[in-house]
Amino acid sequence: MHRPTIAVAAALAAALAVVSLSAAAPARSQAKHRYPHRIVSLSPTVTEDLFAIGAGKQVVAVDNDSNYPARAPRTKLSGLTPNVEAIAGYHPDLVLISYDPGNVAAQLRKLGIKVVDEPAANDLKQAYGEILGLGRLTGHTRGARAVVHSMRTQLAAIVRSVPKTRRHLRVYHELDPTYYSATSKTFIGSIYRLFGFRNIADAADSSGGGYPQLSGEYIVASDPQIIVLADTRCCGQSYATVASRPGWATISAVRHHRVVSANDDVASRWGPRIVQFARTVARIARQG
Amino acid sequence: MAATAGTAEAAPSVEARGVGLRAGLVTFAFLLAALAVGLAVGPVHVGLGSIVRSALSYVPFLHVHQPLGAVDRAVLWQLRAPRVALAALVGGMLAVAGASYQGVFRNPLCDPYLLGVAGGAGLGATLAIVYASTAAAGGSWTVPLAAFAGAIAAVVVTYGLGRSAGATHMTGALVLAGVTTATFTAAVQTFVQQQHTQQLQNVYSWLLGGFSTATWHDVAICAPYVAAGSLVLVLHRRVLDVLSLGDDEAASLGVDVGRARLAIVVAATLGTAAAVAVSGLIAFVGIIVPHTIRLLVSTSYRAVVPLSLLVGAGFLVLTDVVARTVLSPAELPIGVVTAFFGAPFFAVVLRTSRGAR
Repeated sequence: MHRPTIAVAAALAAALAVVSLSAAAPARSQAKHRYPHRIVSLSPTVTEDLFAIGAGKQVVAVDNDSNYPARAPRTKLSGLTPNVEAIAGYHPDLVLISYDPGNVAAQLRKLGIKVVDEPAANDLKQAYGEILGLGRLTGHTRGARAVVHSMRTQLAAIVRSVPKTRRHLRVYHELDPTYYSATSKTFIGSIYRLFGFRNIADAADSSGGGYPQLSGEYIVASDPQIIVLADTRCCGQSYATVASRPGWATISAVRHHRVVSANDDVASRWGPRIVQFARTVARIARQG
Repeated sequence: MAATAGTAEAAPSVEARGVGLRAGLVTFAFLLAALAVGLAVGPVHVGLGSIVRSALSYVPFLHVHQPLGAVDRAVLWQLRAPRVALAALVGGMLAVAGASYQGVFRNPLCDPYLLGVAGGAGLGATLAIVYASTAAAGGSWTVPLAAFAGAIAAVVVTYGLGRSAGATHMTGALVLAGVTTATFTAAVQTFVQQQHTQQLQNVYSWLLGGFSTATWHDVAICAPYVAAGSLVLVLHRRVLDVLSLGDDEAASLGVDVGRARLAIVVAATLGTAAAVAVSGLIAFVGIIVPHTIRLLVSTSYRAVVPLSLLVGAGFLVLTDVVARTVLSPAELPIGVVTAFFGAPFFAVVLRTSRGAR
């Protein structure tokens, strides 16, 4: 009679131990992870930032447009038409977005998930601010400071590499072959401001949106001295296609081969790779 | 055929012919003025005198000195002139196709996109932009060709659907089949577009339409179809008058209704598809222009069809002038301008003509 009682008691004790252990486990792992360790990034720029500052290991999923770095866990999640259920399926403890259609952030917060918005930066200051902020959020303050410091010093050196006589070039930044452009108010425009370039799109932005569609004859008549193509991947544009456009052969940038074939992705994001972009622009600005 | 129509409605035909000559001259003058304004106005100022002398300098044996520098010459003859020419071709085609569709389907709200042209062209262009973007870079052939093919394919499907629904209610069935095709192609187009968000901007700029990147190449692509299509429609203007009486009446007057309808639909569709292929989707022209002529001149298709061609051409040239100057040196999508100026203008025409009666 005693034996079964002992056996039952032992079984009960064991069960209790298992239950208490499993209950303690999350508490202990939370204590271990003071910082989020299941991050979902729905912004290609944020993804680049996270991996640059050393928070890559904490990222469990990134959106389908986050194509850099290659080791980022790219999924079918969309940052443009986000699906709350699909995002929640990754059990994230932090979701980072740059764009919030249909109040996705509010819906995710209802599920108890922390959401932080990192909207498109308008200048380097904001971009640096976002990188430092991500550092604090993820526990990589040092890494973030190092990234910002390196960006600052490299950009300064790149600007200095362009002789003073080439600091006032008229620039035309092309977003697509129908001549949508970006003014000095945009992030990419702020990079041209660093060099001291004069942006031909500024005169066309009466609405102040930053991305006017320029008229072809205005571009030809403005005679830009450097053209930056941010539509090489989307639309296959190149020096050859620009030079073959009717009337464009008269443009200084075309005559002096000062046409930059930029990587569309790098030119449309506000992450650390903007340094590479600036380096290419500087190289083309120096030549010819 | 034409003679029977004339005797059947002797009184309005005389009226139409009388008004026709004067209205014809006025609309022709309107078109010429529109073309001149189109060439003279733009973000870059080029004087009218210089434009005329520059044009004459290309005429052999005249020995007129070219007054313009290389940049102004490029702006005028390589950027602005093809834009004006393309707007005229597309405007004329959309207006004449709209007028003809309205006649052949006896429905005043028909537009040139009725039988699925817009949806089909949109799907074709989207597929080309998404799947052949590198091919599109070489020449500007891929996207217009795909849009043209998509438009024709959609109308063929519509016609097939409409026919299978029964020949007795042909016009009604065709319109419904057109709505079906348009809805379906729009669904597929949206799906493809959402799968390739990186190309979203390209797809939208095509769908919005416009002439901001028009070249002589585009003019050459669409001119033959517009010329052939509008010629066939103008030749069928009397048949359209007869068809407006009803299928049975037209048949009793000796018109082969089925064949006439097919010829008109094929001509209007080919022309519209070519116009859409080079300019994207520009709304309102096909409805506003024919109705304005009906209200101001005559309801007879003998007047409406040829005058729509001229007025439509002039209207779209002027609309494009507004599109490229109102936010100068930025562009405004032309669809915004056609709707913004076209709709109130139409309302005014509607009111004044009612007041006059």
